[in-house]
Amino acid sequence: MSTGRKGRRDLWLILGLLLIGGAALGLTLLFRSPGDWVVVEVDGEIFGRYPLDENTSIRIETGADGYNVLKIADGYASVTEASCPDKLCVRQHKISRSDETIVCLPNRVVVSVVSERE
Amino acid sequence: MGKNKKISVKQNPQTLAMLGLCTAAAMILSYVESFIPSVIPGLKIGLPNVVIVFVLYRAGWPSAAAVSLVRVVLTAILFGSVMSLAYGLAGAVLSLIVMTLLRRLHFFSVVGVSVAGGVAHNAAQILVAAAVMQTTQIVYYLPVLIIGGTIAGILIGIAGGVLLSRFPETISAKRR
Repeated sequence: MSTGRKGRRDLWLILGLLLIGGAALGLTLLFRSPGDWVVVEVDGEIFGRYPLDENTSIRIETGADGYNVLKIADGYASVTEASCPDKLCVRQHKISRSDETIVCLPNRVVVSVVSERE
Repeated sequence: MGKNKKISVKQNPQTLAMLGLCTAAAMILSYVESFIPSVIPGLKIGLPNVVIVFVLYRAGWPSAAAVSLVRVVLTAILFGSVMSLAYGLAGAVLSLIVMTLLRRLHFFSVVGVSVAGGVAHNAAQILVAAAVMQTTQIVYYLPVLIIGGTIAGILIGIAGGVLLSRFPETISAKRR
Protein backbone atom coordinates (compact mmCIF):
# COMPACT_ATOMS: atom_id res chain seq x y z
CA MET A 1 0.00 0.00 0.00
CA SER A 2 1.20 3.46 -0.72
CA THR A 3 2.13 5.29 2.44
CA GLY A 4 2.57 8.72 0.97
CA ARG A 5 0.42 11.78 1.10
CA LYS A 6 -2.61 9.75 0.08
CA GLY A 7 -1.96 7.21 2.82
CA ARG A 8 -1.91 9.97 5.40
CA ARG A 9 -5.18 11.39 4.04
CA ASP A 10 -6.69 7.92 4.27
CA LEU A 11 -5.71 7.82 7.90
CA TRP A 12 -7.39 11.18 8.59
CA LEU A 13 -10.55 10.00 6.85
CA ILE A 14 -10.55 6.80 8.91
CA LEU A 15 -9.88 8.60 12.19
CA GLY A 16 -12.52 11.22 11.36
CA LEU A 17 -15.19 8.62 10.61
CA LEU A 18 -14.34 6.58 13.71
CA LEU A 19 -14.50 9.76 15.80
CA ILE A 20 -17.90 10.78 14.36
CA GLY A 21 -19.26 7.27 14.81
CA GLY A 22 -17.84 6.97 18.31
CA ALA A 23 -19.14 10.37 19.39
CA ALA A 24 -22.61 9.68 18.00
CA LEU A 25 -22.64 6.28 19.68
CA GLY A 26 -21.48 7.80 22.98
CA LEU A 27 -24.14 10.51 22.83
CA THR A 28 -26.99 8.11 22.11
CA LEU A 29 -25.85 5.84 24.94
CA LEU A 30 -25.44 8.78 27.32
CA PHE A 31 -28.89 10.23 26.75
CA ARG A 32 -30.67 6.96 27.07
CA SER A 33 -32.91 6.69 30.06
CA PRO A 34 -34.39 3.46 31.33
CA GLY A 35 -37.52 2.67 29.33
CA ASP A 36 -40.98 1.87 30.58
CA TRP A 37 -42.90 0.69 27.54
CA VAL A 38 -42.28 -1.60 24.62
CA VAL A 39 -43.85 -0.35 21.41
CA VAL A 40 -44.27 -2.70 18.48
CA GLU A 41 -44.70 -1.22 15.03
CA VAL A 42 -45.57 -3.16 11.92
CA ASP A 43 -45.21 -1.38 8.59
CA GLY A 44 -45.02 1.97 10.38
CA GLU A 45 -48.27 1.45 12.26
CA ILE A 46 -48.44 0.80 15.96
CA PHE A 47 -49.28 -2.83 16.63
CA GLY A 48 -49.22 -2.73 20.39
CA ARG A 49 -47.79 -1.18 23.52
CA TYR A 50 -46.72 -3.26 26.48
CA PRO A 51 -45.28 -2.40 29.91
CA LEU A 52 -41.65 -3.47 30.34
CA ASP A 53 -42.17 -4.64 33.91
CA GLU A 54 -44.73 -7.31 33.11
CA ASN A 55 -43.45 -10.63 31.89
CA THR A 56 -45.32 -11.66 28.78
CA SER A 57 -44.92 -13.25 25.41
CA ILE A 58 -46.67 -11.75 22.40
CA ARG A 59 -47.06 -13.20 18.95
CA ILE A 60 -46.90 -10.50 16.29
CA GLU A 61 -48.67 -11.57 13.09
CA THR A 62 -47.50 -9.64 10.07
CA GLY A 63 -49.84 -10.74 7.33
CA ALA A 64 -49.34 -13.79 5.08
CA ASP A 65 -47.22 -16.25 7.10
CA GLY A 66 -44.98 -13.70 8.76
CA TYR A 67 -44.71 -13.60 12.52
CA ASN A 68 -42.37 -12.62 15.32
CA VAL A 69 -42.57 -13.58 18.97
CA LEU A 70 -41.78 -10.83 21.43
CA LYS A 71 -40.78 -11.80 24.95
CA ILE A 72 -40.73 -9.39 27.86
CA ALA A 73 -38.97 -10.77 30.92
CA ASP A 74 -37.29 -9.13 33.89
CA GLY A 75 -37.43 -5.69 32.33
CA TYR A 76 -35.92 -6.76 29.03
CA ALA A 77 -37.58 -7.18 25.67
CA SER A 78 -36.32 -9.61 23.06
CA VAL A 79 -37.53 -11.36 19.94
CA THR A 80 -37.38 -15.09 20.51
CA GLU A 81 -38.91 -16.43 17.30
CA ALA A 82 -39.29 -15.18 13.77
CA SER A 83 -40.57 -16.44 10.45
CA CYS A 84 -37.84 -14.77 8.45
CA PRO A 85 -34.96 -16.87 7.13
CA ASP A 86 -32.04 -14.83 8.45
CA LYS A 87 -33.22 -14.53 12.09
CA LEU A 88 -31.27 -11.32 12.56
CA CYS A 89 -33.89 -10.00 14.97
CA VAL A 90 -33.63 -13.07 17.17
CA ARG A 91 -29.88 -12.66 17.40
CA GLN A 92 -30.09 -9.01 18.38
CA HIS A 93 -29.46 -8.15 22.01
CA LYS A 94 -32.36 -7.82 24.39
CA ILE A 95 -33.32 -4.22 24.98
CA SER A 96 -34.35 -2.27 28.06
CA ARG A 97 -33.38 1.38 27.66
CA SER A 98 -35.35 4.06 25.88
CA ASP A 99 -34.83 4.35 22.12
CA GLU A 100 -33.23 0.93 21.85
CA THR A 101 -34.74 -1.06 19.01
CA ILE A 102 -34.96 -4.51 17.56
CA VAL A 103 -35.71 -4.54 13.87
CA CYS A 104 -36.97 -7.31 11.65
CA LEU A 105 -36.54 -6.10 8.10
CA PRO A 106 -38.35 -8.89 6.22
CA ASN A 107 -41.50 -8.59 8.38
CA ARG A 108 -41.18 -4.81 8.73
CA VAL A 109 -41.41 -5.10 12.49
CA VAL A 110 -39.81 -2.53 14.75
CA VAL A 111 -39.74 -3.21 18.48
CA SER A 112 -38.65 -0.18 20.45
CA VAL A 113 -38.47 0.85 24.08
CA VAL A 114 -39.86 4.23 25.08
CA SER A 115 -39.84 6.04 28.39
CA GLU A 116 -42.87 7.24 30.35
CA ARG A 117 -42.74 10.79 29.04
CA GLU A 118 -43.51 9.83 25.46
CA MET B 1 -6.49 7.64 -17.33
CA GLY B 2 -4.67 10.35 -19.23
CA LYS B 3 -3.98 9.46 -22.81
CA ASN B 4 -4.92 5.84 -22.38
CA LYS B 5 -7.94 4.87 -24.38
CA LYS B 6 -10.96 3.79 -22.42
CA ILE B 7 -11.23 0.04 -22.65
CA SER B 8 -14.59 -0.85 -24.04
CA VAL B 9 -16.19 -4.25 -23.95
CA LYS B 10 -17.02 -4.06 -27.65
CA GLN B 11 -13.41 -3.53 -28.63
CA ASN B 12 -12.03 -6.10 -26.31
CA PRO B 13 -13.60 -9.51 -25.70
CA GLN B 14 -10.85 -10.12 -23.17
CA THR B 15 -12.34 -7.40 -21.00
CA LEU B 16 -15.77 -8.95 -21.32
CA ALA B 17 -14.39 -12.30 -20.19
CA MET B 18 -12.56 -10.64 -17.30
CA LEU B 19 -15.74 -8.87 -16.16
CA GLY B 20 -17.63 -12.15 -16.34
CA LEU B 21 -15.04 -13.80 -14.13
CA CYS B 22 -15.18 -10.88 -11.71
CA THR B 23 -18.97 -11.11 -11.51
CA ALA B 24 -18.72 -14.82 -10.73
CA ALA B 25 -16.05 -14.16 -8.09
CA ALA B 26 -18.20 -11.43 -6.51
CA MET B 27 -21.19 -13.78 -6.36
CA ILE B 28 -19.14 -16.51 -4.75
CA LEU B 29 -17.90 -13.99 -2.19
CA SER B 30 -21.51 -12.97 -1.39
CA TYR B 31 -22.34 -16.62 -0.88
CA VAL B 32 -19.26 -17.25 1.28
CA GLU B 33 -20.06 -14.16 3.31
CA SER B 34 -23.51 -15.50 4.16
CA PHE B 35 -21.76 -18.15 6.26
CA ILE B 36 -19.73 -15.69 8.28
CA PRO B 37 -21.63 -14.82 11.43
CA SER B 38 -21.70 -11.07 12.06
CA VAL B 39 -20.80 -9.59 15.43
CA ILE B 40 -23.52 -6.98 15.09
CA PRO B 41 -26.71 -7.96 13.28
CA GLY B 42 -26.92 -6.53 9.79
CA LEU B 43 -23.25 -5.65 9.73
CA LYS B 44 -21.23 -7.39 7.04
CA ILE B 45 -17.69 -7.01 5.77
CA GLY B 46 -18.92 -6.75 2.20
CA LEU B 47 -16.49 -9.21 0.65
CA PRO B 48 -17.87 -8.77 -2.90
CA ASN B 49 -16.68 -5.17 -2.66
CA VAL B 50 -13.08 -6.39 -3.07
CA VAL B 51 -14.00 -7.31 -6.63
CA ILE B 52 -15.93 -4.08 -7.23
CA VAL B 53 -12.95 -2.00 -6.05
CA PHE B 54 -10.65 -4.04 -8.29
CA VAL B 55 -12.86 -3.57 -11.37
CA LEU B 56 -13.37 0.13 -10.59
CA TYR B 57 -9.62 0.75 -10.62
CA ARG B 58 -8.84 -1.54 -13.54
CA ALA B 59 -11.68 -0.98 -15.96
CA GLY B 60 -13.47 2.15 -14.77
CA TRP B 61 -16.86 2.87 -13.26
CA PRO B 62 -19.14 1.64 -16.09
CA SER B 63 -17.64 -1.84 -15.83
CA ALA B 64 -17.75 -1.73 -12.03
CA ALA B 65 -21.40 -0.64 -12.18
CA ALA B 66 -22.22 -3.51 -14.56
CA VAL B 67 -20.49 -6.12 -12.39
CA SER B 68 -22.06 -4.70 -9.22
CA LEU B 69 -25.56 -4.57 -10.69
CA VAL B 70 -25.46 -8.11 -12.09
CA ARG B 71 -23.97 -9.37 -8.83
CA VAL B 72 -26.67 -7.76 -6.64
CA VAL B 73 -29.57 -8.86 -8.84
CA LEU B 74 -28.36 -12.44 -9.30
CA THR B 75 -27.47 -12.90 -5.62
CA ALA B 76 -30.89 -11.58 -4.60
CA ILE B 77 -32.61 -13.96 -7.03
CA LEU B 78 -30.52 -16.95 -5.94
CA PHE B 79 -30.15 -16.51 -2.19
CA GLY B 80 -32.26 -13.52 -1.20
CA SER B 81 -35.61 -11.83 -1.48
CA VAL B 82 -37.19 -8.77 -3.07
CA MET B 83 -36.33 -6.82 0.06
CA SER B 84 -32.69 -7.83 -0.03
CA LEU B 85 -32.64 -6.67 -3.65
CA ALA B 86 -33.82 -3.19 -2.62
CA TYR B 87 -31.27 -2.89 0.19
CA GLY B 88 -28.50 -4.36 -1.89
CA LEU B 89 -29.16 -2.05 -4.84
CA ALA B 90 -29.33 1.07 -2.68
CA GLY B 91 -26.06 0.19 -0.99
CA ALA B 92 -24.29 -0.81 -4.18
CA VAL B 93 -25.37 2.28 -6.15
CA LEU B 94 -24.49 4.85 -3.50
CA SER B 95 -21.16 3.26 -2.59
CA LEU B 96 -20.17 3.06 -6.26
CA ILE B 97 -21.07 6.72 -6.86
CA VAL B 98 -19.04 7.80 -3.82
CA MET B 99 -16.07 5.60 -4.76
CA THR B 100 -16.08 6.75 -8.40
CA LEU B 101 -16.10 10.42 -7.41
CA LEU B 102 -13.39 10.01 -4.77
CA ARG B 103 -11.22 8.02 -7.15
CA ARG B 104 -11.50 10.83 -9.72
CA LEU B 105 -10.30 13.33 -7.13
CA HIS B 106 -7.05 11.39 -6.63
CA PHE B 107 -7.13 12.52 -3.04
CA PHE B 108 -7.22 9.16 -1.24
CA SER B 109 -5.59 5.81 -1.93
CA VAL B 110 -7.58 2.61 -2.49
CA VAL B 111 -8.09 2.23 1.26
CA GLY B 112 -9.62 5.69 1.68
CA VAL B 113 -11.87 5.24 -1.34
CA SER B 114 -13.04 1.86 -0.10
CA VAL B 115 -13.66 3.20 3.43
CA ALA B 116 -15.89 5.96 2.03
CA GLY B 117 -17.64 3.35 -0.12
CA GLY B 118 -18.26 1.10 2.87
CA VAL B 119 -19.76 3.89 4.97
CA ALA B 120 -21.89 5.09 2.01
CA HIS B 121 -23.12 1.52 1.52
CA ASN B 122 -24.30 1.26 5.12
CA ALA B 123 -25.83 4.74 5.15
CA ALA B 124 -27.85 3.95 2.01
CA GLN B 125 -29.18 0.75 3.53
CA ILE B 126 -30.25 2.57 6.69
CA LEU B 127 -32.06 5.20 4.62
CA VAL B 128 -33.91 2.55 2.60
CA ALA B 129 -34.80 0.69 5.77
CA ALA B 130 -36.10 3.91 7.36
CA ALA B 131 -38.17 4.67 4.26
CA VAL B 132 -39.55 1.13 3.89
CA MET B 133 -40.48 0.78 7.53
CA GLN B 134 -41.62 4.37 7.99
CA THR B 135 -39.62 4.76 11.14
CA THR B 136 -36.78 6.94 12.27
CA GLN B 137 -35.91 4.59 15.15
CA ILE B 138 -33.54 2.70 12.90
CA VAL B 139 -31.30 5.74 12.49
CA TYR B 140 -29.92 4.90 15.93
CA TYR B 141 -27.97 2.13 14.21
CA LEU B 142 -26.11 4.65 12.09
CA PRO B 143 -23.17 5.28 14.50
CA VAL B 144 -22.50 1.56 14.76
CA LEU B 145 -22.77 1.18 11.01
CA ILE B 146 -20.41 4.11 10.37
CA ILE B 147 -17.77 2.49 12.57
CA GLY B 148 -18.45 -0.92 11.06
CA GLY B 149 -18.36 0.44 7.52
CA THR B 150 -15.05 2.14 8.21
CA ILE B 151 -13.39 -0.99 9.57
CA ALA B 152 -14.82 -3.13 6.77
CA GLY B 153 -13.67 -0.51 4.25
CA ILE B 154 -10.10 -0.65 5.56
CA LEU B 155 -9.99 -4.44 5.17
CA ILE B 156 -11.60 -4.33 1.71
CA GLY B 157 -9.28 -1.52 0.62
CA ILE B 158 -6.16 -3.42 1.70
CA ALA B 159 -7.38 -6.59 -0.02
CA GLY B 160 -8.31 -4.63 -3.16
CA GLY B 161 -4.91 -2.94 -3.18
CA VAL B 162 -3.12 -6.28 -2.93
CA LEU B 163 -5.26 -7.65 -5.75
CA LEU B 164 -4.48 -4.64 -7.95
CA SER B 165 -0.75 -4.88 -7.41
CA ARG B 166 -0.53 -8.67 -7.81
CA PHE B 167 -2.71 -9.06 -10.89
CA PRO B 168 -0.75 -8.31 -14.05
CA GLU B 169 -2.46 -5.56 -15.99
CA THR B 170 -2.42 -7.61 -19.16
CA ILE B 171 -4.97 -9.90 -17.60
CA SER B 172 -7.56 -7.18 -17.34
CA ALA B 173 -7.02 -5.62 -20.74
CA LYS B 174 -4.47 -4.24 -23.09
CA ARG B 175 -4.52 -0.63 -22.13
CA ARG B 176 -2.11 0.90 -24.60
